[in-house]
Amino acid sequence: MIEKKNPVAKVLTHLLLLSIVFITLLPLLWMLSSSLKLDRDVFTVPIQWIPSHPEWNNYLRIWEKIDLGLYTLNSFKLTTIITIIQVLTSSFAAYGFSKCRFKGRDTLFLAYVATIAIPWQTYMLPQFIEMRILGLTNTHTGYILMQSFIALGVFLMRQFYMGIPDELLEAARIDGLNEYGIYFRIVLPLSGPSIATLCIFSFVTIWNDYMGPMIYFSPNHLKTIQLGIRMFIGQYSAEYGLIMAASVFALIPVLLVFLAFQRFFVQGVATSGLKG
Amino acid sequence: MPAKPTKTAHTRKGMALGMRNTVVGLSFILPNFIGFFIFILIPVIFSLVLSFTKWDGFTEMQFVGLQNFTNIITDKYFLQAMGRTLIFSAFTVSITTFVSLGLAVLLNKKLFATDFFRSSIFFPYVASIVAVGVVWNMLFQKDFGPINEFLRFIGIANPPGWTASVKGAVPAVIIVFIWKNMGYYMLVYLAALQNIPAELREASCIDGASPAQHFWRVTMPMLSSSTFFVVLMLTINSFKTLDLIMVMTSGGPGQATTLIVNYIYNKGFVSNHYGPASAAAMILFVLVAIITVIQFRVEKKASM
Repeated sequence: MIEKKNPVAKVLTHLLLLSIVFITLLPLLWMLSSSLKLDRDVFTVPIQWIPSHPEWNNYLRIWEKIDLGLYTLNSFKLTTIITIIQVLTSSFAAYGFSKCRFKGRDTLFLAYVATIAIPWQTYMLPQFIEMRILGLTNTHTGYILMQSFIALGVFLMRQFYMGIPDELLEAARIDGLNEYGIYFRIVLPLSGPSIATLCIFSFVTIWNDYMGPMIYFSPNHLKTIQLGIRMFIGQYSAEYGLIMAASVFALIPVLLVFLAFQRFFVQGVATSGLKG
Repeated sequence: MPAKPTKTAHTRKGMALGMRNTVVGLSFILPNFIGFFIFILIPVIFSLVLSFTKWDGFTEMQFVGLQNFTNIITDKYFLQAMGRTLIFSAFTVSITTFVSLGLAVLLNKKLFATDFFRSSIFFPYVASIVAVGVVWNMLFQKDFGPINEFLRFIGIANPPGWTASVKGAVPAVIIVFIWKNMGYYMLVYLAALQNIPAELREASCIDGASPAQHFWRVTMPMLSSSTFFVVLMLTINSFKTLDLIMVMTSGGPGQATTLIVNYIYNKGFVSNHYGPASAAAMILFVLVAIITVIQFRVEKKASM
């Protein structure tokens, strides 16, 4: 590198970046700070960034105001089940699409590729009507079925399997392993990183999903955390401190996953470039 | 003819092997494909059918030909929603592209805490839309929200009413869209920047090019395929922005933030006019399909 090392420029770049990052994080910091305030203190001027008397109670009171425990449990349940179904069936299908040769394979795969590009918003209505005909609206099953088979999962896993050299599998075939043996003994143990990427993306998508649960779940006992917070705002619109505490609470699981698995997020963007 | 039986036997064996391969291959694919077929593919086809019918979900379905399409393209509300979508798209796409490119260029250097900077800017992309929507709504609060307090502090006597006003609602949603999405496209650009060989910088340095010249004459052309990809992805994503708007404004005040997806939602889920809703969905689908085909064509050309 013959990049000119100008110390002034370097300091300026840092300052510029620091201020950009600060502005980007400002809404989230404000949210955190407000979640520890009394309602009447949330909008005081000048903003008191670190509350002098942090109102930790807010984080306890949200559990009494709404069924936060139930909503959290529902969110965890749906997220876990959908992620498992998606990872299992997608990686299985991706093996079929990348490593098995048979007639009609590429036509089938084309159906998957074509639907990745179709926005859910264009078929959310007929999908809902179909679920209603099947009696699956207002059930967790309906939502699980609608979210578990999106084409993106198959596509991501196939991208990864294409990178596994065929010679490796050929050697295993000569040694007498059948296709299922190859999948379970060779390909699956190699796919750790791509499965992790798919798990994380699936987790974040389902945990954060708002429109799906909003359309599918009317009874209270089915609702997820995102719906819960939205409802909370409707019912207690002036309890700013509590609303912020509930929102922070909803962000925490994703934040933890994000902090723990950052490199998979970056990998996900780089390999797919499709998620959106 | 001794060769013939051998050939038949060979073909038969080949056919049996082909059959076996097909059965094995399908056994891998089917668990996913059955779900995909029933819950994704059928709705997609069903959507097309619905757009040519008149139906409210309860009475009998009637085939009405192109009537839904002629109805909505003369519907004032649909045309306004289309217009708003295009405006929303134009601003979000251009500003987000610009900002994310700028961020990527700044962060493509080894700096103190680069990873922290990148993660911080990316995080809003994975943050819950409900949570961040709520926060931004409070920040945008017209009378005592921090943003307007700040604007008054720097001397703007009449700051916009943001989500509470017809004029300010679209800009407010645009700002949040950019804030939430810029980190993702920054990563796309960063991946592209890291693929540019460092020797190029050395070469243009030897030729006496300034950093600015190098950026415009070398880096930007090298990034053109990424920019193309970013612009098209952003366009599609801006066309399907529904959740952010539902959380922040529910399409209001009045119709101020009602985009084409809100129109589909309202017609379909609120007033049960499945035909017009599906016709609008088809129009959205065609728009997205055109963009995707263009992207595909250009990418193919670039790789040849």
